Amino acid sequence: MNVLDGNALAGDLAEIFAVDVTAARFVCAGCGHADAVATLQLFGHAPASVGRCPECTDVVIRLVRADDRVFLDMRGTVRLELPMSGS
Amino acid sequence: MARTAVSRRLNWRIGTVREVRQETPTIRTLVFDIPDWPGHAAGQHIDVRLTAPDGYQAQRSYSIGSAWTDGGTVELTVQKLDDGEVSPYLVDVVEPGDQIELRGPVGGWFVWRPAQTDPVLLIGGGSGVVPLMAMIRQRSLAKTMQPFRLIYSVRTPEDICYADELRRRVRDDGGLDVRYVYTRKTPQGWPDPPKRIDVATLNTYGWPPDFAADTFVCGPTSFVETAADILVALGHDPRRIRTERFGGK
Amino acid sequence: MGIISRGFGGRRRESVPGLPPGQYLTYDFPVLSAGPTPRIPLDRWRFTLTTETGAQKSWNWQEFTSLKTEDISTDIHCVTKWSKLGTSWRGVSLDTLFEDVETAADYTMVHSFGGYTTNVPLEDLLDGKAWIAFKFDGEDLDPEHGGPARMLIPHLYFWKSAKWVNGLQMMHDDEPGFWEAAGYHMYGDPWREQRYQGD
Repeated sequence: MNVLDGNALAGDLAEIFAVDVTAARFVCAGCGHADAVATLQLFGHAPASVGRCPECTDVVIRLVRADDRVFLDMRGTVRLELPMSGS
Repeated sequence: MARTAVSRRLNWRIGTVREVRQETPTIRTLVFDIPDWPGHAAGQHIDVRLTAPDGYQAQRSYSIGSAWTDGGTVELTVQKLDDGEVSPYLVDVVEPGDQIELRGPVGGWFVWRPAQTDPVLLIGGGSGVVPLMAMIRQRSLAKTMQPFRLIYSVRTPEDICYADELRRRVRDDGGLDVRYVYTRKTPQGWPDPPKRIDVATLNTYGWPPDFAADTFVCGPTSFVETAADILVALGHDPRRIRTERFGGK
Repeated sequence: MGIISRGFGGRRRESVPGLPPGQYLTYDFPVLSAGPTPRIPLDRWRFTLTTETGAQKSWNWQEFTSLKTEDISTDIHCVTKWSKLGTSWRGVSLDTLFEDVETAADYTMVHSFGGYTTNVPLEDLLDGKAWIAFKFDGEDLDPEHGGPARMLIPHLYFWKSAKWVNGLQMMHDDEPGFWEAAGYHMYGDPWREQRYQGD
């Protein structure tokens, strides 16, 4: 089992969101560690992925891709900070 | 406003393989024509989806190796993993003319843009060199002059991907240099025995921390973690280090 | 479905009659994991059954493996569409673990080392339908596959057969576990193709 990282979530998240969420900063609900979603430890791949905090390994994101739906569970991040261009 | 968000959602599109290039015994580059490709930044990737006749699908993410020019092609460089499901197909089976479902470009974090003026340190392990090569090509294309240094860890000299092009660019692209680290077998006359990337390597060949370089580390998970830990221990600002972990050993 | 990829087969698999809908036959044992593989020394292993009143029954490794064991040969079905036929296991039946347990609750939450959880109705654990397995193909269960011990509930999708199991909590109400909270079906019957919520 290979650990990838949150970079590999970019495609599935881009199907849902208009901005690139892998560049957003999460704040781990477990330990307060903050970093880019791209740095999450990633387990599994489509259809079900788990992104864990690289600091405490708590689950930050769960993404489940069904044929016609996607489930995104983000209770492991207390906040997402998204870079936006302009103001 | 809401309509913008909807319209920007990413969908699958079909690329046609124009050309294939064997880079090393286990690494191959696929050159795609992708109609209406919006362009991409160096370091971004593409999701590939394969479908078997019975409907079974497999999806993986691969880094783009090429820099984008309008109307150009898009290149994926893929390392074959022996126990892989998608990479053996892309490396051994795909031929020019084949059509493949692609989604991208994706990823906005492990990305370098020519407008970034700081020196750049690239640290690649194995096929982790692919997105770093896109950055080297992008810099050349944009004719910018940031100091660029690539530290590239490979098992043997035969495993160097883009070997000829790197040699040529070191000669022609001012401000680019490349340092190899061999983990299994070195070329004849190489000063060091085979070794994994270590403190001495990064201390000797990396930029000093006060250069405040934009640093990109890509490779297998253990390689990336080792390199990033060493950089931080050497005093590099963790916020300037961007990492991408590949599958594989 | 996308365009067919010429010459792409994917992992060796067969669509054979008699499998649950949408499943393929595999000969490998694909490893699916939601986190790092915990390494649990046997002297630290413990399984604890907790009822809705808080009463507990607990076994260490020696006590657990001294219980009556059964050999099980069964098909397993993973939600990611793999089925594997005729797998052989050795384990302790949940009927054995529930002997003398007083409970009025209808649901359970299975807990694992590493924090994984999954919910299973009590009636799906009893009457010879579920085991805690510690051998696969005659060998100690590999950590990658859930060793030292994992749940084996073969009539449900295999995510219900929690790896690295260490406890079971009785509940009056059905509550979602790790994957169920993220969109997987609460029950997960492969024959009714209950992969995701609403299926």
